[in-house]
Amino acid sequence: MYPFEYQTASSVADAASRLAAHGDAKLLAGGQTMIASMKLRLAQPSHLIDLAGAADMRGIQVSATEVTLGAMSRHAEVARSAAVQKAIPVLAKLAGGIGDRMVRNMGTIGGSVANNDPAADYPAAVLGLNATVRTNKRSIAADDFFLGMYETALAEGEIITSFSFPIPRRGAYMKFKNPASRYALVGVLVAQLADGSVRVAVTGAGPVVFRVPEMEKALTAQFAPEAVAGIKIPADGLNADIHAQADYRAHLITVMAKRAVAAALA
Amino acid sequence: MATPYIGVPVQRREDLRFLTGAGNYTDDLTLPHQTHAVFVRSPHAHARIRSIKLERARAAAGVVGIFTGADVAAAKINGLPCGWLITGNDGKPMNEPAHPILALDTVRHAGDGVAVVIAETLAQARDAAEQVEVDYEVLPAVVDAVAALAPGAPLLHEGAPGNRCYTWDIGDKAGVDAAFARAAHVTTLEFVNNRLIPNAIEPRAVNASYSRADDSYTLYVANQNPHVERLLMCAFVLGLPEHKVRVVAPDVGGGFGSKIYLYAEDVVLTWASRQVNRPIKWTADRSESFLSDAHGRDHHTKAQLALDKDGQFLALRVNTTANLGAYLSTFASAVPTILYATLLAGQYATPVIHCEVTAAFTNTAPVDAYRGAGRPEATYVVERMVETAAREMGIDPAAIRRRNFIRSFPYQTPVALMYDIGDYEATLDRAIELADVAGFATRRSQSQARGKLRGLGYACYIEACGIAPSSVAGALGARAGLFEAGEVRVHPTGKVTVFTGSHSHGQGHETSFAQVVADRLGISMDDVEIVHGDTSKVLFGMGTYGSRSLAVGGTAIIKALDKVVAKGKKIAAHLLEAAETDIEFADGQFKVAGTDRSKAFAEIALTAYVPHNFPHDKLEPGLNENAFYDPSNFTFPAGTYICEVEVDPETGAVNIERFVAVDDFGNIINPMIVEGQVHGGLVQGLGQALNECGVYDSASGQLTTGTFMDYCMPRADDMPSFKVATHGTACTHNPLGVKGCGEAGAIGSPPALMNALTDALGVADFAMPATPQRIWATLQSKQQRKAA
Repeated sequence: MYPFEYQTASSVADAASRLAAHGDAKLLAGGQTMIASMKLRLAQPSHLIDLAGAADMRGIQVSATEVTLGAMSRHAEVARSAAVQKAIPVLAKLAGGIGDRMVRNMGTIGGSVANNDPAADYPAAVLGLNATVRTNKRSIAADDFFLGMYETALAEGEIITSFSFPIPRRGAYMKFKNPASRYALVGVLVAQLADGSVRVAVTGAGPVVFRVPEMEKALTAQFAPEAVAGIKIPADGLNADIHAQADYRAHLITVMAKRAVAAALA
Repeated sequence: MATPYIGVPVQRREDLRFLTGAGNYTDDLTLPHQTHAVFVRSPHAHARIRSIKLERARAAAGVVGIFTGADVAAAKINGLPCGWLITGNDGKPMNEPAHPILALDTVRHAGDGVAVVIAETLAQARDAAEQVEVDYEVLPAVVDAVAALAPGAPLLHEGAPGNRCYTWDIGDKAGVDAAFARAAHVTTLEFVNNRLIPNAIEPRAVNASYSRADDSYTLYVANQNPHVERLLMCAFVLGLPEHKVRVVAPDVGGGFGSKIYLYAEDVVLTWASRQVNRPIKWTADRSESFLSDAHGRDHHTKAQLALDKDGQFLALRVNTTANLGAYLSTFASAVPTILYATLLAGQYATPVIHCEVTAAFTNTAPVDAYRGAGRPEATYVVERMVETAAREMGIDPAAIRRRNFIRSFPYQTPVALMYDIGDYEATLDRAIELADVAGFATRRSQSQARGKLRGLGYACYIEACGIAPSSVAGALGARAGLFEAGEVRVHPTGKVTVFTGSHSHGQGHETSFAQVVADRLGISMDDVEIVHGDTSKVLFGMGTYGSRSLAVGGTAIIKALDKVVAKGKKIAAHLLEAAETDIEFADGQFKVAGTDRSKAFAEIALTAYVPHNFPHDKLEPGLNENAFYDPSNFTFPAGTYICEVEVDPETGAVNIERFVAVDDFGNIINPMIVEGQVHGGLVQGLGQALNECGVYDSASGQLTTGTFMDYCMPRADDMPSFKVATHGTACTHNPLGVKGCGEAGAIGSPPALMNALTDALGVADFAMPATPQRIWATLQSKQQRKAA
């Protein structure tokens, strides 16, 4: 680790002004990727601005139509929230399946989504549940947020403050884990939204989370596992590494989608 | 009052300190005026060093010293030695290219050491190391052994033409050829035994210091055999007198073979500690461990088994290419030869066997012994061949094994070993019972109904442990003896300190050895302390590897105990005014046979040290004895493992449903420790078969699996609940009748799992590790074959 200055922010506004004051500053939102990169000397921020004390970035609210998660909600908080479990069970379950206990007690949804790791779970929830990402500057629709590998619509100095998840009729997330890292080799979130439309979001398989329109169309017509079981996903453009070639990932998307539908109906 | 301890599951006395953070590991130690070292390592798999610029690094804050290969060469420090000379089948000694402790003009694997930077703090050493400017001319690299032997492959060492270290063989080639000519059936398989990266919890660590006061060195090092470390370093590399070098291996957090060896870092720090006149500490970070620890396995093998029409084995023919990495590590040359090919008889009376091994240098980390060392590779060959032959011939896999078991002992195999005793049918029977093989067919159809594939596989392993009779080892090329030493120091109050040359780094010797000593002396275990791991305390030691500690180190202690008792009898005879021949020793009492006159062990000890009434004309005072023991044969643990798996054909995911291990370890001192050793071995073996694989990129030579994100260590949820049992036939040639249990699990489990998986998938073979992707791809190509 290279030397750096550690600061704490008391609010979103405080974090934004500290971020603007130092060119090489980075936000610390749990640090489950940031700290590891710094320890390997792969990242060298001049300042780390810890958001843990920003009260306006915390809290879970559930209304009749939506769940709002503060950006600094820890995975463990979301997983064990009775209100989230009741309103959007798939969201609580997904959060409870991220990493291990230590990761879940430190990592936050804001940190994970801003980092946009191609194999992270939360991007599948944000995209698959059609969430809105709220920042200190604006609101961004999930469809407009995830741009590429580790790349998002966030502008320089823009800070995620919260997420609004509309409550769907049903949904489920199926993750096939990378045997080594236990990240998603392929993770598929299937949700039938309140208006009856269906979203299928895939993480782990490509450079960035993506939707599968063909499956969504088939499931909108018939929300049943058989509807997607025969849909083959092209391997072009999917990730390939020692753990999974692209054709295997493509195959797993179909299997996980089918199982997610079955789980959503169970 | 002493109780019998042997055979009792006494809780491990060392666990309190380990589990409460009171252990004392090398990295825990900070010496006065401590400095810290960081190694500058090659980022390239193969490159020529054009120049190294140190000006900026030397000017960095806190730097105490920087040394490169040029400094080492100027100091006339030798390269690291290889402890085993293999003579090739051309009659010539193996090629032994230099293994410099810091690269001089060429780097030969990613992570090869180029310079050491020593600074006041670790952070300063890291900062300065980043300022070392090395100009490399990158050369083509080769990471695969078969590719390295092919014409035109990049050459690693001038002294090893064609990248060949040796081609060696064992057995009767003509006899094998003749047997194949009359075979009714021949089974042929070609497979890879995947490269493993050891990953002990505690990484390698060194803290070296030099004392100007008496011109001596002290080296603390995470190591399995401190005396061997000292011998190799003093005699072969630095030319230091042994009496001026103390090597201490304090608490060591796992070794699995990877801490047997004399590593470059150990020597560099020892030498440099005198140059800077300060203690220097280095602890590998995990990334360095991946790059620079000796790896394991990495064989490519083609094997053929000839059988008669009834499934009787006629001959086994094996051809193996072994990857030794970039340099010869301490025992690298012996692993794919002496520790491998000699085990190819397995549990079977195969009349003729021939095995040829070619060992190659590649641009990868050195490969050496790793839990099992050669024996897992041999067992994999034998047990995959046997199971495959049974399936091809339509014979039950257990029946084909029974048909070929060795049943009379001692048994001379066609590959040099003489098995003293065993009962292979007994362990097979017990395993079949515990695994409920009878119920397998029902379970298989239940799985099928759920869309799952179920399979069952056997492995009947044997290993040669208790390494080793020195004369045999010497005849086979060992450059060291393989005896063990022990010392029993009885204190005046009757308390006992035992010094052993065996080293414990997870094995629980402090408990199991104390059980043996307390039982033999009829005293409480609380009165026995086991000391190991310090050349200044322990008289000598060859260390811990090859499941040898109890069989060899334990026997040395027994021999010393016998001497203590013999002297005690003399003292007792004097005190009790009886003839020495009338004195019996049992339950801690020296007793005149047939009388109630006796002296307790502690009374005799006190007399030995307060010798007022003592036979000074016949005896010296004191009660302190040592012994060396050189075994007359190897020990031969054996057993049967049965694995049952269920595969999800849609995803390729594997679930190990049942795993039964029935082992013959001879007599058992502490069944709880033995069970723990079996569990640990099984996880490592199943880890090899299911999860682990060291992968180098064939184009760049970079280690692809350089972190736990890509190198898949087995985890608890990958493993079933093991069912383990033992069935012992006592070893015939050591007094405890013990055989060793440290490696068995890692030896027998990979073929058991792969036999189960190939059964489930209905294919002849596919390569370890059985990752979901591989299983899915195997099923895909099977379907395509069917369709075609």
